[in-house]
Amino acid sequence: MANKIYDEKYPVSYPMHGAGGKTGDWRLLTPRIDREKCSKCMLCWVYCPDAVIDRETLEIDYEYCKGCGICARECPRKAIVMIREEE
Amino acid sequence: MKTILDTGCHIVAQAAKSAKVDFVSAYPITPQTSVVEEIASMVQRGEIDCRFLPVEGEHSAMAACVAAAATGARTFTATSSQGLLYMHEVLHMASGCRFPIVMANVNRGVFAPWTIWVDHQDSLSQRDTGWLQYYCASLQEVFDTIIQAYKVAEQIKIPIMVNLDGFVLSHCVMAVQIPDQEIIDRFLPTVEPAWRFDPQNPTSYVSVTGPDLYEGFRTSLHQDQLKALDLMVQAAREYQELTGLYHGDLLDLYRCDDANTFVFAMGSMAEELKLSVDILREEGIKIGLIRLRVFRPFPKEAISKVLPEDATVVVLDRNFAFGHEGGILFSELKDALFTRRDNVRLLNQIMGIGGIDLTYQYMAEQVKNLLGL
Ligand code: SF4
Ligand code: SF4
Repeated sequence: MANKIYDEKYPVSYPMHGAGGKTGDWRLLTPRIDREKCSKCMLCWVYCPDAVIDRETLEIDYEYCKGCGICARECPRKAIVMIREEE
Repeated sequence: MKTILDTGCHIVAQAAKSAKVDFVSAYPITPQTSVVEEIASMVQRGEIDCRFLPVEGEHSAMAACVAAAATGARTFTATSSQGLLYMHEVLHMASGCRFPIVMANVNRGVFAPWTIWVDHQDSLSQRDTGWLQYYCASLQEVFDTIIQAYKVAEQIKIPIMVNLDGFVLSHCVMAVQIPDQEIIDRFLPTVEPAWRFDPQNPTSYVSVTGPDLYEGFRTSLHQDQLKALDLMVQAAREYQELTGLYHGDLLDLYRCDDANTFVFAMGSMAEELKLSVDILREEGIKIGLIRLRVFRPFPKEAISKVLPEDATVVVLDRNFAFGHEGGILFSELKDALFTRRDNVRLLNQIMGIGGIDLTYQYMAEQVKNLLGL
């Protein structure tokens, strides 16, 4: 199917980088991971709705992290805190 | 070709089997129940290579069919009356998704008050869901139309409802010719859909669509509905070439050639009307029958072509268009003929609601009354 030209009748959406724009602009609170507390359970990676947490390094891509706080809420070790960034 | 003797519900199941459906999800409801029982038994006996998913209601049945169709499976379901009404929301989803689902609907009046007998209120209430609609007059036609429906649906990518009258067709036994499987396979080959879910190439489907794109998808559904008319004619003709079986393409015309008066109806009552036409012909009335096989898309051109400029058309409706003069077929026909500035005269009667028996004698009398004879 990979090379198939899709029919225009079908409302298909394809995965792409930043389809909704730079959602990092929306952020009021910023998640910070405390590596000492983190057990690498990967729940934050699973739950992040914007898929901005890297699967290998757990680095957060702040260009697209919208600051929703779901990662902090789900972290069982309370290793993620949401902080207010000052100018 | 073999001939079998069975009930309408079992013939529907046989048609699903002959169409080699991959997936069926359905919920039983009178008078469609034995369609579901028969398909479930066929799957259990290993007679068809098909997944059967029992669900807790019709809304889920159609949702399951939509999901199965999204994987490219040839998908079937059947329902009736309240079940069809309960599916209403998901009917819009199926057509908007452009999935070629075929569904048999056993026509039954709607609640309230409770009834289990035939009229056409259930399916006609789904007129604007984007589905195509056939109406059948015999069990042979039910079988043949389900096969033809898959052909058309898979070409134009719109779901199709095949309607048959509750009890009058669903529970009556008739002889039906079943074409050899090899012939059906030739008519209805397996097709690879232009799009389906593919785990190797992830996509999401029918997500939030802005005003810039939404109208385009809806317009294309509307335009393709109209294009289906030609495909339905082709399917009927090609099926006839292969099997010798034919029931008309968009219309079934009876004694129309020299007629100036016409009865216009659909479903089993229209088959019975052929006998009424014979009686009225004997009395010297130049009358013919136009039996509508296809209600959506509405075959406006085909009907108009049959009617001479001084035609009188008696429309017999087995439904109500509440709050509007006459039944739904009457409104549709009036609308279709509006641009003709000639002397076509339309008369209308609503009859046979909630299973009132429509004998050919009764209908001949009613037609005469309407004509003032
Ligand atoms: S705040 Fe929201 S978007 Fe940002 S990393 Fe956490 S879950 Fe993802
Ligand atoms: S959820 Fe918390 S503990 Fe688990 S990997 Fe993420 S930061 Fe670490």
